[in-house]
Amino acid sequence: MSLLRTMTLGWVLHFKQETRNPFFLWIVICTPIIYATMAYFLFEGGEQPSTLVAAAVGSALMGIWSLTTTAAAAALQRQRRLGILELLVASPTPFWATFLPITIAIATIGIYSLATGMLYVRFLFGVPVSVDDWLAFTVAIPPTIFSIGMLGFLMGSAFVRFRAAWMVGNLFEFPVWTICGFLIPLALLPVWVEPIAWVLAPTWGMSALRNAALGTSAWPDIAMCTALSIVYAVLGGLLLKAFLRLARERATLGLT
Amino acid sequence: MKSLRVFAIGGWLSYRALFHWLRPSLFVMVLLIPSVTQMIFFVYLGRAADVENDTFYIVGNALVAAAVPCLFAMSQTIAEERFTLTLPALVVSPANRVALFLGRAFPSVANGAIVAAFALIVGATIFGIDLSASAVPGVVLAIVIVAFSCTGIGLLNAALGLRWRETAVLSNFILYFLLLFAGVNVPLDLLPDRLETMSQALPITHGAEAARQIVAGSSIADVAGLLGAEALVGAVYALGGLVLLRRFEVVARRNASLEVA
Repeated sequence: MSLLRTMTLGWVLHFKQETRNPFFLWIVICTPIIYATMAYFLFEGGEQPSTLVAAAVGSALMGIWSLTTTAAAAALQRQRRLGILELLVASPTPFWATFLPITIAIATIGIYSLATGMLYVRFLFGVPVSVDDWLAFTVAIPPTIFSIGMLGFLMGSAFVRFRAAWMVGNLFEFPVWTICGFLIPLALLPVWVEPIAWVLAPTWGMSALRNAALGTSAWPDIAMCTALSIVYAVLGGLLLKAFLRLARERATLGLT
Repeated sequence: MKSLRVFAIGGWLSYRALFHWLRPSLFVMVLLIPSVTQMIFFVYLGRAADVENDTFYIVGNALVAAAVPCLFAMSQTIAEERFTLTLPALVVSPANRVALFLGRAFPSVANGAIVAAFALIVGATIFGIDLSASAVPGVVLAIVIVAFSCTGIGLLNAALGLRWRETAVLSNFILYFLLLFAGVNVPLDLLPDRLETMSQALPITHGAEAARQIVAGSSIADVAGLLGAEALVGAVYALGGLVLLRRFEVVARRNASLEVA
């Protein structure tokens, strides 16, 4: 019960805090606008509405991923600078219960990203947001956002070990955008990339949203996305424990 | 002589401080690797859209890779001074402002050129683009000029940083604008007429076109006009940036808003 309370409060607190940050809002709102615009120009000015709707969803997920990697690292860096990271780690509450709500809260802000992307193509480009299966589409949104949060959690476990870990966000921004098929069809990528894409939960989330929009079954994708997210959560927790132990052994936890 | 010292030593120290050079690996992880991953993303996006060939995206994104260090480095010079509480000391110093800020700009040009060259070499290798030896001098020249013009707009960006605390937003805004409208990823003829006209006033537009023509076999003389236009655009931004830096400094002192901007 205490863990649930910690996580809920952490989620609420970080959701409120990060939505007041102009830079983070910029990322979630402008990333879909910029990339949806690019897709509009590149893919023949919206002559194929379904392509543009998929691009709007994809660019929104790109914004969510960018925010998750940037903001999760920034949140930990801030705790370091304020000198509270050691206190949080030393407290009886397991650190994963402190860190997990941060990445989920940040990914949740991605709702703005999704709304921006969809409204933008609808009102500025006049492309009807044609979603064939609204139920599957709506159901697919939470696991997709959750999966990005979990991937951020998995990578974020490194943030506590390495003081320059904020760069991890930079390093993985474009690779995840590319491999998860947010804007680029997986079929265009080299064959060896495909298995990597399969183990990335956002790939299945994107596939679910796209399939729901196009009217093909999205439920297997939703299930796969959820299952992989749970695996990430477990792996992230284990990695976090290992990295924390290393950081404590080497007394590097508080170094900025 | 004093101004020269401010230019050289001030610029060098500021550049080292920028990446906290205790760990040079930051340079690789922040600038070099992302410049290549970004290029790969846009090459495949280009293949998906099928509007231009790989060379178009490789050259364009190599050049825009120069914009990242130039834009962010210049805005960070203001933001970091503010963060470390040294901005007021800098502003009250009698140092020549032109030397002060050009000193900080000069390493950015070199930095941007190195990142762009790295991205181009790696991108050409990965995607098998043939860069003939005769094209190298012209491409290097285009890269240096583009790095200069990006630093010019970086100076403008730095000036805006004196008035607005959110320098990261500003830098990203300009970078996204360049990605979209400077002919880097979207061919100019696909843009609406007004945007196409506006793109002529952006850094990279002319430089990217020049570099693409050089890679395709043109000589430096053939693209001299484009390179000249790129340099002119950069000079105008740099001049505007220096004027605005001075202007905003005066306003900030008058309103006592230097640290609360």
